[in-house]
Amino acid sequence: MSYLPHILITDALIYFLLVLVVGFAVYASRHEHLRAPWRQVFNRPLAVAALMVLSVYISIGLADSVHLRERISDTGADRADMEAQYSHQVISLLDIFLGSLRQHSEKTYSMPFATHAFSMETVIGQDGSVRREHPRLLYGGAHLKDISKRGQDIAVKTVTGILVGLIAWLLFAVLIIKVVAVRTHMAAGALWLRIKRGDTRFPWRSALSTGAVISAIVSALIVLSGNYHVLGTDQVGNDVLYKSLKSIRTGLLIGTLTTLVMLPFAVSLGIMAGYLRGWVDDVIQYTYTTLSSIPGVLLIAAAILSLQVYMTANPEQFTTVAERSDMRLLFLCIILGGTSWTGLCRLMRGETLKLREVDYIQAAVALGVPTRKIMLRHIFPNVMHIVLISVVLDFSGLVLAEAVLSYVGVGVDPAMDSWGNMINGARLEMAREPMVWWSLSAAFVFMFGLVLSANLFSDAVRDAFDPRLRKR
Amino acid sequence: MTAYIVRRILYAIPILLGVNILTFALFFVVNSPDDMARVHLGVKRVTPEAIDNWKSEHGYDRPLLFNSKEAGLEKITDTIFFQHSARLFVFDFGQSDDGRDIGYDISQRMWASLAIALPTFIVGVLINITFALLLAFFRGSLFDISGVILCVILMSISGLFYIIGGQYLLSKLWHLVPISGYDSGVNALKFLVLPVIIGVIGGIGAGTRLYRTFYLEEINKDYVRTARAKGLSELQVLFRHVLKNAMIPILTGVVVVIPLLFIGSLIMESFFGIPGLGSYTIDAINSQDFAIVRAMVFLGSVLYILGLVLTDISYTLVDPRVRLN
Amino acid sequence: MSDLLLEVNDLKTWLDTESGTVRAVDGISFTMQQGETVAILGESGCGKSMSALSLLQLVPSPAGRIEAGSVRLEGRDILQFAEKQMREVRGKRIAMIFQEPQTSLNPVMTIGEQIREVLPDRESLSQEAARTEVLRLLTAVGISDVKRRYDEYPHQLSGGMKQRAMIAMALAGSPDILIADEPTTALDVTIQAQILDLLKSIQNTTGMAVLLITHDLGIVSQSADRVLVMYAGQIVEQAPSDLFFSRPRHPYSQKLFRALPGRGKRGARLEVIPGAVPPLTTQFSGCRFVQRCERAQQICHETVPAWHGENNWGVRCHFYDTEEPVRNASETSAVTTAEQKSPGEAFLKVESLKIHFPIQKGILRRTVGYVKAVDDISFEINKGRTLALVGESGCGKTTAGKGVLQLIRPTAGSVNYLGKELTQLSRGELRALRRQFQIIFQDPYASLNPRMLVSDIVAEGLDALQTGIDATSRQQKINALLEKVGLNAEAGLRYPHEFSGGQRQRISIARALAVDPQLIVCDEPTSALDVSVQAQVLNLLKQLQDDLGLSYLFITHDLSVVEYLAHDVAVMYLGRIVESGTLQEILDHPAHPYTRALLSAAPVITRGGDKPVAHEVIKLEGDIPSPSDPPRGCHFHPRCTVAESRCRKHFPETTMLTTTHSVRCHLQK
Repeated sequence: MSYLPHILITDALIYFLLVLVVGFAVYASRHEHLRAPWRQVFNRPLAVAALMVLSVYISIGLADSVHLRERISDTGADRADMEAQYSHQVISLLDIFLGSLRQHSEKTYSMPFATHAFSMETVIGQDGSVRREHPRLLYGGAHLKDISKRGQDIAVKTVTGILVGLIAWLLFAVLIIKVVAVRTHMAAGALWLRIKRGDTRFPWRSALSTGAVISAIVSALIVLSGNYHVLGTDQVGNDVLYKSLKSIRTGLLIGTLTTLVMLPFAVSLGIMAGYLRGWVDDVIQYTYTTLSSIPGVLLIAAAILSLQVYMTANPEQFTTVAERSDMRLLFLCIILGGTSWTGLCRLMRGETLKLREVDYIQAAVALGVPTRKIMLRHIFPNVMHIVLISVVLDFSGLVLAEAVLSYVGVGVDPAMDSWGNMINGARLEMAREPMVWWSLSAAFVFMFGLVLSANLFSDAVRDAFDPRLRKR
Repeated sequence: MTAYIVRRILYAIPILLGVNILTFALFFVVNSPDDMARVHLGVKRVTPEAIDNWKSEHGYDRPLLFNSKEAGLEKITDTIFFQHSARLFVFDFGQSDDGRDIGYDISQRMWASLAIALPTFIVGVLINITFALLLAFFRGSLFDISGVILCVILMSISGLFYIIGGQYLLSKLWHLVPISGYDSGVNALKFLVLPVIIGVIGGIGAGTRLYRTFYLEEINKDYVRTARAKGLSELQVLFRHVLKNAMIPILTGVVVVIPLLFIGSLIMESFFGIPGLGSYTIDAINSQDFAIVRAMVFLGSVLYILGLVLTDISYTLVDPRVRLN
Repeated sequence: MSDLLLEVNDLKTWLDTESGTVRAVDGISFTMQQGETVAILGESGCGKSMSALSLLQLVPSPAGRIEAGSVRLEGRDILQFAEKQMREVRGKRIAMIFQEPQTSLNPVMTIGEQIREVLPDRESLSQEAARTEVLRLLTAVGISDVKRRYDEYPHQLSGGMKQRAMIAMALAGSPDILIADEPTTALDVTIQAQILDLLKSIQNTTGMAVLLITHDLGIVSQSADRVLVMYAGQIVEQAPSDLFFSRPRHPYSQKLFRALPGRGKRGARLEVIPGAVPPLTTQFSGCRFVQRCERAQQICHETVPAWHGENNWGVRCHFYDTEEPVRNASETSAVTTAEQKSPGEAFLKVESLKIHFPIQKGILRRTVGYVKAVDDISFEINKGRTLALVGESGCGKTTAGKGVLQLIRPTAGSVNYLGKELTQLSRGELRALRRQFQIIFQDPYASLNPRMLVSDIVAEGLDALQTGIDATSRQQKINALLEKVGLNAEAGLRYPHEFSGGQRQRISIARALAVDPQLIVCDEPTSALDVSVQAQVLNLLKQLQDDLGLSYLFITHDLSVVEYLAHDVAVMYLGRIVESGTLQEILDHPAHPYTRALLSAAPVITRGGDKPVAHEVIKLEGDIPSPSDPPRGCHFHPRCTVAESRCRKHFPETTMLTTTHSVRCHLQK
């Protein structure tokens, strides 16, 4: 099958962000003052474990950011003169990986690992009798001949999955240890002993054990999800695990694009206000005081509302559903950025005010260095650590905010996969007896994993980069 | 001091004007009143007459900024900007899009908001200050480290989860308190317990951790060394010296939100069915009632600026170095 | 020794850091008698403060720990005391005052409350009695208007007053020992004299012992009975004060004396101690001073020197008994080349320079007054000469320096450089002229951008000139500059944090030299440095002046540096120049009462042999007034010992005593 790449605007921005991050990593590795704190971050076991979890999320998010349109195989496809036909439906690399998971949808709710639907349905028997029963699911546990063997089957599959995962990881770990041993000129056995004692600079022990846990979980999920809906299905019968995985991209996007959008403004305006003073300072201060005086949720609500009206009034500008929800996501990021840059801008201004009186800046003025260059060469590198700290600290807050905003009705497009929408949808079923708890829980668990690891990682980053904390 | 307050109030005027212009631009410039009418009327029933009708009913049939048809001062006053935005300055909120008096609604509903927001705030701050003090006293110990990790875990959980989980456990499973609703007077109490508990727990993680860093920052200062050299005990040092100094940064974050307590919490109120200003706003957002959203944005800004002034005044109470002028 | 009070034995305090265990205090032993003043003398980082904190078990935890040793207070080892017992020692048996009175007092508690906390059995005292006692203490430390001060907060007191309050706090527990950790380092010379006096008189009345921690040989010479010299965590020499000053025995002590600048050494190079203090993370197998010692032999590298001599007069050196090599001959026959040089023509004229900062008040932020930081000062700088601008903190000398460079735009007055009026130039024109004037700052840690490579820092001026030089010649120029200030070319590839304070100052100088300036404003370039390093920087500055014909505007409060380096001197007080003239005129015939007081307040090192030089100290009362509200008439009259009624009425006009010597004092008419 062939595909046509399809780049959404947010995809493009993500690629751009990726280039920036890689560029920064290369830059940081060449500058000792940046390398040293990062080394400190990577020497913290908790931070490394958190980073490994984060990287799982990030890889899923990235795979979900490569969008394609499938080629519709029709008869004329091999004729050269005829243009190939591509589907209107946009799918991502992740969708292709998850293939069956995406396509195996049931009619409506079903519990995790269920073989039957959650609600009763009226079924007409072969003998014409009308019964109400929980119908058998199309895919969930469909391979089972004998339903009573379900528990056994699940156990076997889980254990197999975990074992496969662990063995695969073990092979990988052995390879890594070999490589490290060669590079550090140590015997592999000795290195292994030191890792076991936790006696290495880079916390290999926690890195390898985190990897083992992740690998086991992923492998078990792969094995199980082929035959079951591990996390159940939602109202329209979609697999909840699939939806949770698809939501990762939304969460990551909100957490990163928002920052990407607001960073240039916050940093440049803050530095300008602090260094140039005078009317520039007055104008910038006025702008951010005004913006920050509006309670955030209200400003976002107001902006999203008028965006909604605009989209309703001009439907012709948004052709596909994917584009429409993508635009809305982008706008949400811009609006969130518009409300959250003020804090960083204020910080930048304050720090610049302090810096402009510092001797090396005065020396630069005395040397006749142009103002633009002073801001770029002297001030900017010396406020970078604050930017970095606030970026990583903001990330988890933004992921959490997405859920709340979607709940209020001013979040991402209701058609989009997001944890907020999952919670919002499940909330309506709260009153149902017994409760439909799985989609809610799945969203929380996935969100918790991302936010917790982001928080732990950002803590380490802050400890390493904040000069006030470093002194202790 | 008086001069300072007067100056701050004068400074608030251009800011509120900015807020007004911003909301005005969002609601009337990005989208014309015609677009709004269309949204409200629904796509199907739209006719030019219906749109005009809707606009004149709600007073959106005037020009935006300048009315050339009128004479004299009316040129400016008989405009959408003046009628719908500028009048907010005298707290004349006008009518909502479905014809209710917004000012009256606000005065009725803010007490319910206050009834959950105030106790949540007070209990929350007290608990955070105490927990943080405890962690700071045992700093570096296993207790401190596990406390901090617990805080990180608590703050990594979505607020929605606290609400849904709390409702599920306390109301649905154990039937201790009603799941949602509100009543007047003392009867309101049983409806308030759950939201307050959830509000406090939801804030513990971030609050305790923040205050702990404030304490630790103070503990490393020279005057604490002096206090120890004087022969004071660790408790005396903590309570008499550190606590008082750490209150200064704590106050910055705390006082500024006090006026905003009137607006309440959007999520809490809508989950628990509290008829406060938070749920009022949410309802307005869901029914796309722009007049109410506009009014709430303005009110929010006023209260925020009030909070800033209060913060500055409270500084003079705890920090003898600050003199306002 | 019946009145033995304190006996420290083999005390070791170690700190755990990322780069390893720092042996900050590595086995020190000493004793203190009742009523005695013992000074611990040492440069920064030698472990002297850590030793003091160890005595009170106040070592910062968890990084620091007392590894070994004993501290016997009247026979009882207080290092074995539990925290609770220790509390009875702190403040009551051993009290401590610190270097920075500014940060050492709790900013949100009144002075009275902070002192009352220390009163013994304060629980049993009535409110009234406690207050009376605190007032008595405040009076005892020479604070006036005590009833008002009792309820004031630290920020309402001047630096000197805060240090007095600290002393009152220390006295409140009537301790047997007072540890004073650099008690006057943050204070001005005239205030320093007051505080040292106060300590002496309190000691006379209460009989308490003082452990004085300082880096200043002058203070030691004036106040101490006995001296302990600390180097790299150890005591290397211990001696009674007079013996120490007449015959220092450790090579390090001897070097210190010879590195001191002063009038007697004018024209000669100061002796420097090469290298730097070794990191205290190292395991020493020989003498700690060996790398910097000229007399080092094989044995010094191999064997740790033992303690030679008695407890109270001994030295840790293998060659303590060999004679100190003959002193630099030039020290006495000092007047050399520089003196004879005829003053070149004035190329920079500053006239009636005023820099005022507005004070704004009220609803509309109207300007209600001005802080007159610099108020009508005039001076000239001649080619190849050094003008020293001398004054205490807050007198406006730094502001004046920045005003000359147009880093702060003056309010009024003129700065004329070879006919060009700098104050009138546009920003562009000024930028083109900037290269003629450069500046070197006090704080070596703030004057270099930590994010830039040293070579980029040095080349910053070149880049700003936009001469369009190619990369190779740029690199060559950088290397040449680094070499000129005594650094390797290889230094350019490193970041500032890898350099010590003295090396950083050299980098600053290289940066300034890059644009071939005519004038360098030196804003206290050596006051953050240790004596041995200061000598290196002063030598460099002197040599550059001789080689390149640079002029310096040397801003300082340190008279010994002025004596060593300056040709002309201008004394500033509260924004005005009160006296100016050649160095000789100012030092030998000071005309203004303030100049005289300043000269006499600087601690003088009296070396044993030539001891009883009549050194009459003119004590100034009170503090320096605020420049936002200077006294009417002559600014100095409230502190002047000879003020008359006319001094209170109007500011005196300039009186020319000679063609070069002018003074503004009514009594010099």
